[in-house]
Amino acid sequence: MSLALEKPGLRPVNSPLRRFSNLLYRRPNLYLLMLLIPPLIWFGAIYLGSLLNLLWQGFYTFDDFTMAVTPDLTLANFAALFNPANFDIILRTLGMAIAVSIASAALAFPIAYYMARYTTGKTKAFFYIAVMMPMWASYIVKAYAWTLLLAKGGVAQWFVQQLSLEPVLHFILTIPGVGGSTLSTSHLGRFLVFVYIWLPFMILPIQASLERLPPSLLQASADLGAKPRQTFMQVILPLSVPGIAAGSIFTFSLTLGDFIVPQLVGPPGYFIGGMVYAQQGAIGNMPMAAAFTLVPIVLIAVYLSIVKRLGAFDAL
Amino acid sequence: MSVHKNALLSALSTALLASAAVQAAEPLKAVGAGEGQLDIVAWPGYIERGESDKAYDWVTGFEKETGCKVSVKTAATSDEMVSLMAKGGYDLVTASGDASLRLIAGKRVQPINTALIPNWKNVDPRMQNGDWFVVNKQTYGTPYQWGPNVLLYNTNVFKEAPTSWNVVFEPQNLPDGKPNKGRVQAYDGPIYIADAALYLKSAKPELGIQNPYELNEAQYKAVLDLLRQQQPLIHRYWHDATVQMSDVKNEGVAASSSWGYMVNGLKADNQPVASTVPKEGATGWADTTMLHTDAKHPNCAYKWMDWSLQPKVQGDVAAWFGSLPAVPAACTGSELLGAEGCKTNGYDLFEKIAFWKTPQAEGGKFVPYSRWTQDYIAIMGGR
Repeated sequence: MSLALEKPGLRPVNSPLRRFSNLLYRRPNLYLLMLLIPPLIWFGAIYLGSLLNLLWQGFYTFDDFTMAVTPDLTLANFAALFNPANFDIILRTLGMAIAVSIASAALAFPIAYYMARYTTGKTKAFFYIAVMMPMWASYIVKAYAWTLLLAKGGVAQWFVQQLSLEPVLHFILTIPGVGGSTLSTSHLGRFLVFVYIWLPFMILPIQASLERLPPSLLQASADLGAKPRQTFMQVILPLSVPGIAAGSIFTFSLTLGDFIVPQLVGPPGYFIGGMVYAQQGAIGNMPMAAAFTLVPIVLIAVYLSIVKRLGAFDAL
Repeated sequence: MSVHKNALLSALSTALLASAAVQAAEPLKAVGAGEGQLDIVAWPGYIERGESDKAYDWVTGFEKETGCKVSVKTAATSDEMVSLMAKGGYDLVTASGDASLRLIAGKRVQPINTALIPNWKNVDPRMQNGDWFVVNKQTYGTPYQWGPNVLLYNTNVFKEAPTSWNVVFEPQNLPDGKPNKGRVQAYDGPIYIADAALYLKSAKPELGIQNPYELNEAQYKAVLDLLRQQQPLIHRYWHDATVQMSDVKNEGVAASSSWGYMVNGLKADNQPVASTVPKEGATGWADTTMLHTDAKHPNCAYKWMDWSLQPKVQGDVAAWFGSLPAVPAACTGSELLGAEGCKTNGYDLFEKIAFWKTPQAEGGKFVPYSRWTQDYIAIMGGR
């Protein structure tokens, strides 16, 4: 109808640009595709492509005599992951990642709860800054600083001495899997550094999930005669699980991939990151390094699927 | 037309062939004019132009004399040096013994013509044929500096210098009456297997170890057993000089393999430490200035290799780095090093040192470096 009314003189010029924009208008999918292709190429080719390329090298053969890599395909590298020595490295890293995640959650929850429920305005801002401040300092500086804090003449042991707890410390250091020859070369010391460094990544997601918790639910719980303990166990904790799960993704994966802290603090023995570094750097055994990079990928995939069941992604 | 084309083609192919011949890199026949540029991969502190301390400058004079502008890329580990050289774009590298043979085997570096280096005559005759850079009678570079891996000990614990490496290898009570468990350190690198082999060479002569870098299966197994037995004694496997210095200061570490750098640093800090080379001898490192196979500035590189072998330059580097010169005349030729410098850093130890070199299989006779690496990782992890 409108076509019929149109005057011939006002008919739009049928320029290529106009035809192109008409095309885009008629086919919105094409328009979307054009917008998405550049980032998809980036993600697909550069990110996934190089990752798959790296993993593919895990099938290559490394020759012990010439120390050269040949593209003959083999499963030997992945089988070697289950050597006792290599499997130790995986278990050691995994155990630490789980322990650090649990401890971070236990420490972070009260802080996050206080931040979410009992602070407003300036106090809240203060807490935010206090939690994030350590993240503004260089990670390496913090890790090095801990080697001094934990040393025999350091601050941590001075406190232990002042409180006359030295026998307790010596006893803890003799427990296998926890101790070590001194505090700074013990599993405990390494664990403390990890918890310190990743704690902010746990506090913030928990705090966010607790802020979303409607106060009316707590009032209802109290009205119905629940004790504080029951309210906590049956209302607050279940509703904050997504936050804890989200935080634990950070602490778990960051611990799994770290290779600086294990070098500076703790007993001998590599973590996965240090092993990858040693394999590709020291021996040039790229295939074995590539096989080892598969381990954190698999572990984190398993972890994410567990966490997904806990509802960490429900709020997304 | 076609004649023209053919002429062009043949000219092109001649040019290609000629350039291929250059690429195949016979050692240079004569050193020509400098190319105006020189790129070196070096340890931090090895190539100083007076930016850290005005007195320590052995680059400015070279640039003035030759017109070759020096740019330095520092590398923190031997592995980093190998990977930088594999990437290419550099002319020279100051490679340690655990990197040099890898570079030669990987064809990253080329043999040099020592006749073109007038100062070659200065080089310590004991080093001129070092098997960490001379392969098949071809010389891959010029020696730069060397140093021993000494036994560092706490003088409050040891009233007299320990005479054997067994204080770090075997469980025992130290002279202060307390066990050495948790008070000794070992180096966090597979090359440390050679230290254990050197100890066993005299502790268990029946094994017949000749060279700690050439171990057959039986010898290798005995060495690994020793290292496994050492593992529970170890306070920390060190690789970071700063961390080791703080461990000696704060953590009560009583004995460890170490470098002159840490000993001098701790002494300057008034710590009760000293160092010694026990009766078994010691391992040590010797660095070589090596020329990249595809070096873009070979003339400048030759000029630098010659320059670096002057007694004054050698002495200055040794003073700055706490190392020892590859040129004996340097011990008296540098004010910075002083008259006693060489002695302090351990010049007389040369004969007792088994210099680092990358262990090679040599056709299956010996255990190669890749297995050293894997096994040492397992041992550090308590396997």
